Amino acid sequence: MTPNPYLWLIPVLPLAGAAINGFFGRHSSKKAITTIALIFPGAAFLLALFIASRFSSASAPYYYDLAQWIRSGSFHADFSFYLDQLSLVMLLAVTGVGFLIHIYSVGYMWDDDGYYRFMSYLNLFMFFMLTLVLAKNYLLMFIGWEGVGLASYLLIGFWFVKDSAASAGKKAFIVNRIGDFGFLIALFLLIKHFGTLDFTALFSKIQSMSPENAGVGLLTSIGLLLMVGAAGKSAQIPLYVWLPDAMEGPTPVSALIHAATMVTAGVYMVARSHVIFERAPTAMTVVAIIGTLTALFAATIGIAQTDIKKVLAYSTVSQLGYMFMACGVGAFSAGIFHLMTHAFFKGLLFLAAGSVIHGVGGEQDMRKMGGLRTYMPWTFATMGIATLAIAGIPPLAGFWSKDEILWRAFGVNWAYWLIGVVTAFITSFYMFRLMYLTFGGEYRGGPAAHDVKHQSADARAMHDKASHGGHGHGEPHESPWVMLGPLVILALLSLIGGFVGYGNRFEHFLATAFQSPAQEAVHEATENSVEYMLMGVSVSVAFLGWILAYLLYSRRPELPGRIAQSLGALYRAVSNKYYVDELYALLFVQPVVEGSSAILWKGVDQGVIDATVNNTADAARHTSDNLRHMQSGNIRSYAGWVAAGGAIVIAYMIWMGVR
Amino acid sequence: MGNLSNVPLSYYLVLSGILFACGVLGFLIKRNIITVFMSIELMLNGVNLSFVAFAAHWHHLSGQIFVFFVMVVAAAEAAVGLAIIIAVYRTRETLNVDQVNLLKL
Repeated sequence: MTPNPYLWLIPVLPLAGAAINGFFGRHSSKKAITTIALIFPGAAFLLALFIASRFSSASAPYYYDLAQWIRSGSFHADFSFYLDQLSLVMLLAVTGVGFLIHIYSVGYMWDDDGYYRFMSYLNLFMFFMLTLVLAKNYLLMFIGWEGVGLASYLLIGFWFVKDSAASAGKKAFIVNRIGDFGFLIALFLLIKHFGTLDFTALFSKIQSMSPENAGVGLLTSIGLLLMVGAAGKSAQIPLYVWLPDAMEGPTPVSALIHAATMVTAGVYMVARSHVIFERAPTAMTVVAIIGTLTALFAATIGIAQTDIKKVLAYSTVSQLGYMFMACGVGAFSAGIFHLMTHAFFKGLLFLAAGSVIHGVGGEQDMRKMGGLRTYMPWTFATMGIATLAIAGIPPLAGFWSKDEILWRAFGVNWAYWLIGVVTAFITSFYMFRLMYLTFGGEYRGGPAAHDVKHQSADARAMHDKASHGGHGHGEPHESPWVMLGPLVILALLSLIGGFVGYGNRFEHFLATAFQSPAQEAVHEATENSVEYMLMGVSVSVAFLGWILAYLLYSRRPELPGRIAQSLGALYRAVSNKYYVDELYALLFVQPVVEGSSAILWKGVDQGVIDATVNNTADAARHTSDNLRHMQSGNIRSYAGWVAAGGAIVIAYMIWMGVR
Repeated sequence: MGNLSNVPLSYYLVLSGILFACGVLGFLIKRNIITVFMSIELMLNGVNLSFVAFAAHWHHLSGQIFVFFVMVVAAAEAAVGLAIIIAVYRTRETLNVDQVNLLKL
């Protein structure tokens, strides 16, 4: 391991930006805010690039101990940073995509009153995300983990005067707490049994355990608890419900936090803990099953959504499922590969969706779009590339990573592969459905799509923008270049990003981090023909999905409605997201609310605590009320009391004397 | 003149008790503020009597010293008390304690 004194600067730079804008932004000019907000993450990105340029697959990990933090007996957790091939991939994805989204946000949020606040939160998010990625121990990682949760909460509820945004923020925060609880218990177990949370020390301890006392039960429970945490942060079954609601936030937030970076933290954490998972096969299986089911489940919900951002949200959940499927079958590098390409094309999809929403004046319902191809050609082109990429059309980025995952899953169990392929078909279908509804056909939105009350999350900002910018929304229009620039760059990355995986180069790059010596070589030699066959299948289902979407939404646009009608209850279940939210409300929320109201509020709080205080006060008041009558103002009654008092004292003394 | 030391102590004490009881009764029953005031003096003197009786009986001076103190205090009290009574009479134009009842809720 090589010390690298620049490592700590990468997370701290965005923190400085967040602090400056957060403290002084209210009274600064927008230009100054923009400069600060872009320079610091930009510098972090450049520093990451600089470090990456000197880092190869053979490099020993970098580390840097910044300061002592917690020392208690032999246990210690420090502010120390760590960079290996795995964190490098994450680092580049987070700083690179993050920086692009910062640029985009300048255009998107320019006219919002909370511009400085937004930029400050974004920088704060970058700080926590980079801390998470670069941490050398689980505890510092947990700080980043909680911090991105906080930033996510702040940004989902950015338009907090809107009730739905405020409660979506709360929902995200609370659901994440459930996951964090599992994560914390896993950390406690690690401390109790291994006495350290430092990655290097901990993993070498686990690896040096002899097979007999390998502690499979212990490692399995730790692995499962870590997975609970990952499921919360990365929106897997059963904790995925917060992510679709998180779309209440501004669109750049959805792109950065709820698609490209933060939600992949769970995948990163599982990959980082690969030493634990490799020794806990049961936990691995659970990870794979959860991932696979989530991928399919979320994809089916995505079919029936009409809100453009909700489709993308369920698509994100589904793609995260793929990544967990990869981790669960032991193909950690394939999962991280998909994480990276997904950051490109899903970030792009969200930014393009933001551009569309911007262009049509805040409308998010795809049924009121259509025909935007001619109005906003750049957005159409870039979003088209992203759609091809996510659908798995070769040679775009998504094809390489998804195919890698499916192939590796097939090697473990064909059921994973089958569900994965079905999901790939559905993915392709709903993404091209989105494209045809949005860009194909004729424009269906009225020119006066301006009634702010009935519009969705981003409408308010758009409304402000429209009135300030001086352009009405009679017709959809293309976005400014400050927004299109990031789209184009991400489109390029989605086009060519997959080629880093050509010939398993990506896997070899990560091999040092995952300590997995060329086990792929065996696969390659024996199963080349199988691999090509599987590739053929997944590509053809992608095209099938495209064709189906074309038939239904471009050739015969009246057909989907009739199909939906004939499916009846099934369609209603899907379009209502399988009533999962309602089920959770019934099973968890309602008992908690009613229990709190009946027992905690009316029972304990009102019945015991308030009652004690009130009754004490009442008793004192009643006693005084009675005693008050002594105070008659009549001197002779006072005299009487004095005499009575004297008599009592004398009687007492006599009685004592007699005794 | 008969020898006072022939009179038993209990006589003095009974007389002292009677004087004190008269004072208490007057203090409680009388409405005229001056009478009440005099009743207080009566109680003080009842106590004084028992003090000197004990002092003579035990051949001890401290009881008599106490009586001087009480008399000084009583004199001071009489001066202040009578001044208050005059002030009360000037404002309320009555000496009936039942009508001097502003000190209440």
